[in-house]
Amino acid sequence: MDNMSNGTLISLSGISKFYDTGKVKVRALRGIYLDIKRGEFVGVIGPSGSGKSTLMNIIGCLDTPSSGEYILDGEPVAEMTIHQLASIRNRKIGFIFQNFNLLPYATAYENVELPLIFAGLPGQIRKEKVMHNLSIVGLAERADHKPTELSGGEMQRVAIARAMANDPEVILADEPTGNLDSRSGREIISIFENLNKSGKSVIVITHDMNIAGRCHRLIHIKDGAIESDEKNHSALVAD
Amino acid sequence: MKILTYKFLLFLKLIGREFKAQKLRMGLTVLAITWGTISITLLLAFSVGIERQMNKSNRGLGDGIVIVWGGQTSLPYQGLPQGRRIMFRTESGIIDLIKSRVSGIEMIAGEFLRWGQTIEYGRKQVNKLICGTYPEYQVMRSHYAKEGGRFINQKDMELKRRVVYLGTEVANELFGEGVNPVGEIIKINGIPFAVIGVMIEKLQDSNYHGPDDDYLVIPASTYLLMYGDPYFDNLVYKVKDGVDSKAVEKDLFRVVGAKYRFDPKDESAMWIWDTVEGAEIFRKVFLGITIFMWFIGGMTLFIAGIGVANIMYVAVRERTREIGTKMALGSRGGQIIFQFMIEAMVISLAGGFFGILLSLAITAVFRMLSMEGDLELMSNPTVNWPVALITVGTLSVIGFLAGFFPARKAASINPVEALRYE
Repeated sequence: MDNMSNGTLISLSGISKFYDTGKVKVRALRGIYLDIKRGEFVGVIGPSGSGKSTLMNIIGCLDTPSSGEYILDGEPVAEMTIHQLASIRNRKIGFIFQNFNLLPYATAYENVELPLIFAGLPGQIRKEKVMHNLSIVGLAERADHKPTELSGGEMQRVAIARAMANDPEVILADEPTGNLDSRSGREIISIFENLNKSGKSVIVITHDMNIAGRCHRLIHIKDGAIESDEKNHSALVAD
Repeated sequence: MKILTYKFLLFLKLIGREFKAQKLRMGLTVLAITWGTISITLLLAFSVGIERQMNKSNRGLGDGIVIVWGGQTSLPYQGLPQGRRIMFRTESGIIDLIKSRVSGIEMIAGEFLRWGQTIEYGRKQVNKLICGTYPEYQVMRSHYAKEGGRFINQKDMELKRRVVYLGTEVANELFGEGVNPVGEIIKINGIPFAVIGVMIEKLQDSNYHGPDDDYLVIPASTYLLMYGDPYFDNLVYKVKDGVDSKAVEKDLFRVVGAKYRFDPKDESAMWIWDTVEGAEIFRKVFLGITIFMWFIGGMTLFIAGIGVANIMYVAVRERTREIGTKMALGSRGGQIIFQFMIEAMVISLAGGFFGILLSLAITAVFRMLSMEGDLELMSNPTVNWPVALITVGTLSVIGFLAGFFPARKAASINPVEALRYE
């Protein structure tokens, strides 16, 4: 409850992750301590292989840490069953992937509807939420299009609408602009900024310094540990 | 409960959407199962049909009958030399003797034969075999008359009537096809006879004095009046059900041997054609063929199974990323497995349904086609329901397992790995 009261959404203490590939043991994360408050706009940067994707997966409850404690929105994740984890991912976390991961056979509408179906919401509410989120990303008119009929930027916007569908606590984006041209990338990042302004926590993993420069807080990861964690004054000032 | 039902309906909606998305793959899998089912069902349907037709044509000669001819002794016996001819004298009461002394015989009849007799109807004239015999001959040799006619009977025998029963071919030659000659008068060697019946066409694969549709039958008493043969040409008897025809044959040699005085062990004293034994050999041969057919069927099933397993396996594998995405969005592993199970079930049920339906249709077409001659064996295929259902069941289980295991694996690995899968 303490975490809740001071607005802490994500609290990692001593998180480590090992991968045992049989011959070699890889230490992807080495004792991470990190608190993220509600409404923060955080960029996670670092060279490839630094462990930032692993960190992201653990925060997103897609993966479990080898050791350490993770408290999400006041609840210790380590004690949850896989069903509870599925439910947490469904309600509290909105994922955005580098390669969009839209279902190729489903329309934009159906893709956004997917997490709402998993949540078991009734049809009318699903419809409202799908159309609301599609209009936030400016794609309400393209609801009936399949991913193959959309540009890369549009696909990522559909993915954002899908991530937002269940009104999650936090948006987790893993290299969201990695497969996009710079103009589409800028569009995506302004959507993130708008979401953040409306109160959503946003965590973006990126190589792209243009994007990193727009985040309010920058966390550098190197060799599985936090190298630096600082406020990005230029972005804050620009606001 | 209401919420659960609702969630289930939502889930079915998702599945329906994915079915639509994979029409081609689903269609191919359904086709594979349909094809497998048709192949095996038809293979065994024709095998059963051919066996039936062969049995039927086997029985064309008669069901479980034995034909006996007089022979020549090869062993001296009671002071008599070898090389004596054994013939069944008409007046010797040999038929009654055998009937009363050989217990395994159900019925027996003698036959008199005369080839090349002149048969006339109006201005038409043909030369045919005349067979003089007894009413028992009808049952033993499957001589059944077409509607409106009959075979010779006891009354004909007693009254020595001049009545004649025609083989189908004889009737066709004299009267033309499709004409009912019953009641017409024909002449045999100039003597008028009334036609009392025409044989129903039958399949016949063996004979000992020409095909049954190519001779005329008259009562033995009438025959003797005309020709006065001193000897039967041969005897025909039918063994009682469940009695070993070999034992009956032994009895016959004992009884006839005692009367005509030949050694019961003298096998050349009488010539025997035991069709019961032939039928037994045929049954064994066909058992071999059936086993072979089952083997081929099993192989076909196996190959079809591999096809189905392969398609299902690939289907699950190529959707691993999709499974990962869904799990990231909050779907549960169980739902994903259940989805593939439903998919496998729908596919195999549809495939089995079409397979059985098409098999029934194809066999029905074959039965409708009137096939003559050599193809006649193909004309009666019969779908064997247990085989059809076992085939569908096996393919379904294979498809099910081939979908279930990779799906369970995909759903149980951590979503990160599923998402990373290329």
